[in-house]
Amino acid sequence: MFINFFFELRKAKLPVSLREYLTLLEAMDAGLADYSVDDFYYLSRSCLVKDESNLDRFDRVFGSVFKGLEPPKEGETLEIPEEWLRKVAERTLTEEEKAMIQALGGWDRLMETLRQRLAEQKGRHQGGSKWIGTGGTSPFGAWGYNPEGVRIGQDRNRNNRAVKVWDRREFRNLDSSVELGTRNIKVALRRLRRFAREGAATQLDLGGTIDATARRGYLDLKMTPERHNAVKVLLFLDVGGSMDPFVQVCEELFSAARSEFKHLEHFYFHNMLYERVWRDNRRRRTEATATWDVLHTYPHDYKVVFVGDASMSPYEILYPGGSVEHWNDEAGHVWMERLLAVYSHAVWLNPMQEGWWDTTVSTRMVRQLLGGRMYPLTLDGLDRAMRELSR
Amino acid sequence: MDQRFRGTDSYVATEDLMVAVNASIALQRPLLVKGEPGTGKTILALEIARAIGVPLIQWHIKSTTKAQQGLYEYDAVARLRDSQLGDARVHDIGNYIIPGKLWEAFAADMRPVLLIDEIDKADIEFPNDLLLELDRMEFHVYETKATVVARHRPIVVITSNNEKELPDAFLRRCFFHYIRFPDRETMERIIEVHFPGIQKRLVREALGAFYQIRDVPGLKKKPSTSELLDWIKLLLVEDIPPDALRSKDQRQFIPPLYGALLKNEQDVHLFERLAFIARREDQ
Repeated sequence: MFINFFFELRKAKLPVSLREYLTLLEAMDAGLADYSVDDFYYLSRSCLVKDESNLDRFDRVFGSVFKGLEPPKEGETLEIPEEWLRKVAERTLTEEEKAMIQALGGWDRLMETLRQRLAEQKGRHQGGSKWIGTGGTSPFGAWGYNPEGVRIGQDRNRNNRAVKVWDRREFRNLDSSVELGTRNIKVALRRLRRFAREGAATQLDLGGTIDATARRGYLDLKMTPERHNAVKVLLFLDVGGSMDPFVQVCEELFSAARSEFKHLEHFYFHNMLYERVWRDNRRRRTEATATWDVLHTYPHDYKVVFVGDASMSPYEILYPGGSVEHWNDEAGHVWMERLLAVYSHAVWLNPMQEGWWDTTVSTRMVRQLLGGRMYPLTLDGLDRAMRELSR
Repeated sequence: MDQRFRGTDSYVATEDLMVAVNASIALQRPLLVKGEPGTGKTILALEIARAIGVPLIQWHIKSTTKAQQGLYEYDAVARLRDSQLGDARVHDIGNYIIPGKLWEAFAADMRPVLLIDEIDKADIEFPNDLLLELDRMEFHVYETKATVVARHRPIVVITSNNEKELPDAFLRRCFFHYIRFPDRETMERIIEVHFPGIQKRLVREALGAFYQIRDVPGLKKKPSTSELLDWIKLLLVEDIPPDALRSKDQRQFIPPLYGALLKNEQDVHLFERLAFIARREDQ
């Protein structure tokens, strides 16, 4: 019945399955959305969408599939202002067409038929657009009172509601391709959680106790350590210059990461990784850490996250002495390769929009260096990055 | 069976919420409710139970909760102790099976409402472990080799704060509703329900201040419905006149008793800073 709608949803990349579609049909069969498009909208939304980030996309598909399908409401349809129709007709009809109206019995007769049709309309709500919208088959469509169909349903609806529910698109800012607040980031980062038992044994291990008791013949209590999130993260943040517009989103990412990971080490760098990184941006000149020390201090099971826009001159990556701030004896890509040789799990988060990456040579190069593991700093990108890291 | 939910005298349900609730009641599938904290997710189950007059069984999930605990638990330690003391009960293993919340709901005389609160707090595997049980509304007790079948399929309401993503297979079996933050009109109805006969002017001023605070960019935690209700209660108790909420001369940019609305010292700082800037621009 709504198979077209279903496939449009799938085409818009909404994760709907046959099972959900059948649930919707079952619900329709149970009469849960009788004769009201709003109810049908709510019902289908509840059946087919399972995540608030998809609500906006659903609204758009719903709007385009059921455009103009809003049936005229009872009572309201009978009050179509005649002058309004007459005016539209006068403006859009050719002389020939006006003559044809006369042949059909004149304007009043036509209005009469229209009223009849509208009255018939009440019962079969999905037929609504057919005879008005598609033209061709009915006198009203053929004469084209309105190039887009007489749109009786929509226009009348304006009396009680300015925009249809799904046209309001209230869920726009829940779409996962837009930027994020701290809380969202935390949720995305949680994908990286990996629980492991370490530390002091404080919890009763019931299974182990029963097992040991059965073996020994007396009560033998066994304890295990509590479970902790054992993921360790090294965070490298690009600061200054072209990163200034993204300060806020980086701050949010940082504060979310801080509360999410117990083992989080962060360092700053400028544009590209060289022989020095620093922990405190204000004292970067005096208190820098040698990158070698970082590589030697943190074991290879740390996961590395770079945050930066990777927009710089290609020389900064390719040549010794290419850095804009100081003389570097070894090129940026050498340091990057060194780091990647130690830490196999690494991603680069880029706050710039994904579509622009290919326009910057250096971004392409950094991406290549990381083996394509560059992700946009959106909820969706973060999600993909965390998936990559937890592999 | 006409058990339609239309909101209650103490709960304002929007139309889309009613459709979702009624669909899940009629088709006997679980209803998954998400939304900002403080928009009445947990209360919803309570009110559904009250509206259609059935008992409510609450199962609050913690990070340590296991799916098995909802079905039943086998108290092996008690049995071991009894066996060492020579208690006669030890011969019947059924004595040591403790039914969980799900079992309780399955065994109820009337069709109950089962609330599974904050399902996202539990381990990632938790929802998967309940798939079959919630779908078929039956489970097998391994120790006694008995199958527990629901006498009446309970109305299951599940809330989530989005801390973890739920598995697709689980989502497919649920109806979903996202409680949006109420608009001004709905909010006025909600306040009316909670404080009948409250001064219209106070509500108007309070809502104005409230939405103004929500619109301040960069707040760590935006105040929600439950905080607004607390705040209004405070305003009533302290007998604050509506005019006090209105002082638009920027000197009192921070509304009285703001502690009920802002729960975070950074937010309060931000607020004071904004007030300071506004004052400076004024001069």
